[in-house]
Amino acid sequence: MLLALVVAHLALACALPAVAARSTRAAFGLAAVPPAVTLAWALAMTPQVLGGRAVTQSVAWAPALHLYLDVRLDALALVMIVLVSGLGAVILVYSAFYFGRRSADASRTSALLVFFAGAMLGLVVADDLLTLYVFWELTSIASFLLVGQSGLHRANRRAAVQALLVTVFGGLSMLLGFVLVGESAGTYRIAEIVAAPPTGGAVTAGIVLILLGALTKSAQAPFHPWLPAAMAAPTPVSGYLHAASMVKAGVFLVARLSPAFAACAEWWLPLVVLGLATMLAGGWRALGATDLKRLLAFGTVSQLGFLMVLFAVGGRLAAVAGAALLLAHGLFKATLFLVVGTVDKVTGTRECGSLSGLGRAMPGLAAASVLAAAPGAGTPPLLGFVAKEAAFEAFLLEDGARGWIVLAGLVVGSIFTVAYSARFLWGAFATKPGIELSVPRRASPGLTVPLWITSLAGLVLGLIAPLVAPLIEAYGDGLPSRDAEEAGYHLALWHGWNLALALSGVALLGGLLLHAGRRRVEALTRALHHPVTAQRGYELVVSGLERVAVLVTGRLQAGSLPFYLAAVLLMVLALPGVGLVMGWAWPSDAPVVHQWMQIPLGIVVVAAALALVRAHRRFTAVLLVGAVGYGIGGLFIVDGAPDLALAQFLVETLAVVAFVFVLRRLPAHFTERRRPRRSVQVRKGVLASVAGITVALFGLVLSGARTAPATASDEFVRLAPEAGATNVISAILVDFRALDTVGEITVLLVAAAGTASLVLATRYDRRRKGRVTRSGSGTPEHEKEVLG
Amino acid sequence: MTATPEARVPWDRWDAPAEDWMLSGECPIGTERTLLLELAARILFPTVLVFSLYLLLVGHYGPGGGFSGGLVAGLAFVLRHIAGGRSEGPEIGARVKVRPPVLVGLGLGIAVVTALVPAAFGAPVLSSAKFAFDVPLLGHIEIVTSLALDVGVYLLIVGVVLDLLRSLGSGIERDAREAAAANAGEAA
Repeated sequence: MLLALVVAHLALACALPAVAARSTRAAFGLAAVPPAVTLAWALAMTPQVLGGRAVTQSVAWAPALHLYLDVRLDALALVMIVLVSGLGAVILVYSAFYFGRRSADASRTSALLVFFAGAMLGLVVADDLLTLYVFWELTSIASFLLVGQSGLHRANRRAAVQALLVTVFGGLSMLLGFVLVGESAGTYRIAEIVAAPPTGGAVTAGIVLILLGALTKSAQAPFHPWLPAAMAAPTPVSGYLHAASMVKAGVFLVARLSPAFAACAEWWLPLVVLGLATMLAGGWRALGATDLKRLLAFGTVSQLGFLMVLFAVGGRLAAVAGAALLLAHGLFKATLFLVVGTVDKVTGTRECGSLSGLGRAMPGLAAASVLAAAPGAGTPPLLGFVAKEAAFEAFLLEDGARGWIVLAGLVVGSIFTVAYSARFLWGAFATKPGIELSVPRRASPGLTVPLWITSLAGLVLGLIAPLVAPLIEAYGDGLPSRDAEEAGYHLALWHGWNLALALSGVALLGGLLLHAGRRRVEALTRALHHPVTAQRGYELVVSGLERVAVLVTGRLQAGSLPFYLAAVLLMVLALPGVGLVMGWAWPSDAPVVHQWMQIPLGIVVVAAALALVRAHRRFTAVLLVGAVGYGIGGLFIVDGAPDLALAQFLVETLAVVAFVFVLRRLPAHFTERRRPRRSVQVRKGVLASVAGITVALFGLVLSGARTAPATASDEFVRLAPEAGATNVISAILVDFRALDTVGEITVLLVAAAGTASLVLATRYDRRRKGRVTRSGSGTPEHEKEVLG
Repeated sequence: MTATPEARVPWDRWDAPAEDWMLSGECPIGTERTLLLELAARILFPTVLVFSLYLLLVGHYGPGGGFSGGLVAGLAFVLRHIAGGRSEGPEIGARVKVRPPVLVGLGLGIAVVTALVPAAFGAPVLSSAKFAFDVPLLGHIEIVTSLALDVGVYLLIVGVVLDLLRSLGSGIERDAREAAAANAGEAA
């Protein structure tokens, strides 16, 4: 059922463009169906999952390679499905009204969004590291296409490429990490790895590589700039991918593997340090942002850092707090993004400095926003408050140096969170003196109902915290507790007067104070804006790579044929040549001659080769090359290989013809005016002779390197009649080694296409509908472009 | 010079040659022609093609196969091209006009399909089956499915050789002619 749901998403994505051509609203509506069905099904499965029986499914992908598509629905996956599918359905409905009826982007966006929902669903339920990796990269690709949109705008293209480069870089290193961990554990099943975590040096390296993947995907410092840049995407896309679901993938991966590795310092230390740094830096940058969407993006970065810290330490209570915050953050951040989308839609701007008085004009929207922003700030009685309480409590109970440092970081981070939440509400809805009052257009219900659903969900989940607690706590219960107090902690709105509540109060008050002094804070963020930012670092790395590529290409692609040939020959001498010397074994049974016909043929070949070196005219040289080839074909016949000889003669003939064709355009002599310098000639001669002798020695030594009798050849001869051929060569070519044949003819195709492209590069001959277009050097448009 | 495929041939003219037996009087290239070579190419061309088919089919039992067969067929086209090929490039007869890249792709397509078909029947990719049946007059015939792979190779090789003629043969010829024309223009 689980895999069927994933496939249903992907299949619908293929069909949607056809629907969107008729009606974009119908397309988005249809797209919301699979996520909604998934959510309903997952919620129906909740009792079973909480009962300890996870829903699993396994499909053999390539059993010979031990590749399986394993999926598993457990408590953590359920929490993520609420975000991925629940929010997905809501946002898709919202998109139906956000994108206009005639929007050119709607068709592509609807298909990509449902494709992304399917990939993300696959990611959160994957129980196999490689399955997880496949879906992980699919989400990166979906994000690239969704951010890039039509590709018409430079900002979109740059943001899309940056997101792709950063996340795929992390994804690839994560794949390496998966392989290291999987091979050490002897299994790629996540459940089995968590049950018996592997150890060793390879695992340590693997962990670091996996963390790189998680940190890049979840936009942790110093990889975070791609996330604010990705805000170039349409707002519903940003709200879904870059706030609620995709950026949570890294956090999710940490949560998945924390039960296995949380005890290793190389696991939690980088996560906690970078997570805290991200939380503080993101919160600080949000305080200086004036674009509402950018403000939210930095807020997301900050909250992702918070989540990272909670999941990295691997205690029960921290994990419970993390799961609760995961849910709360997804709900409130998605709501706020939808609010920004609606504000943008009805006023045409999302700059703090241009909006004024919107709270009076649209009280409903403002109320929903307050309801959404409050949990982020940690105000009771919402889910965010419950989560934050648990988080403070977790590090209070830890009672060590790490606990206190993290706690201090979290409190400061929470102050920032409160401050930027307040800043968001102020920026969007406050009446600001000196700014013209915004006059919004009427918002259709489609633009407001969805965000009410998500903001009310946050409220209801907070009020009924004890009811949803089992689901959220089920994940944490799999992790060790420090003491009985931690084991007995349950999510609730009221825990009595304690230190955690006091800290929540500190955060709330501090944040509001910070907001009150916003002018000074804004000035400070500008003053502290350091030129060495992470974005600058990314740009330097990319441009540095390009410069290195130009340098290497410029050195290696010198445009000189002798240079290329020398490079190839030197590599042959350096790598296989060294191997030849190392594994020297002279064949014991290599007679010099065993057929008298070999002597005259050998003389012909050697004589032609020697004459070839002395030839001055190209045409002579070509004929001598042909003579060498025919001589070798003759040797094949003498040795009793008619198939080989036939192919050799035919290829040799064709080669001579091809040479002659080309010779028409080349000078008759190799050297036109004066002889090249003696030293150059000597160098070339030495290299050529050494390479030639080495290749000849290869043939001899390799024939003597056999360590066991050739069993395969006998098998081929025995089985040939079964393959329907009495000619064993043919049986090998089209049956036993048919894959090689297919590969070789593919190479031929590439070579033919390459030759034709090179020779006809300046041509533009195309027959279209019987008409022949012809020109000297390309299309007329191309010529115009070249000539300027 | 040649009848276009669309042109209707009256029923009483069906046996008229579809194209000229030898090149027409005006020679497109302006180089010298050898009548002997042209005639030899005309006579040899169909024979060599038939021989190439023989090589293709006999490959299972003796020297030959798709690769050799394809090369022999390709060399037949080379011979025709040298004897007085069209400057536009080689064509497979006047009636059927197939562009070489299409032939190359077709060959690889046939090979890949042959490789994948067994998978549809649950057998490993690229495995082959043998069909034997009796045909009146011809007697007992055995056909191995891997012959289709050989046919794919044959077509691809023919396509590659034709592509070579198109690029290195006619392509270079045209370049040379145009360069000469440009030089003449400059001189004038």
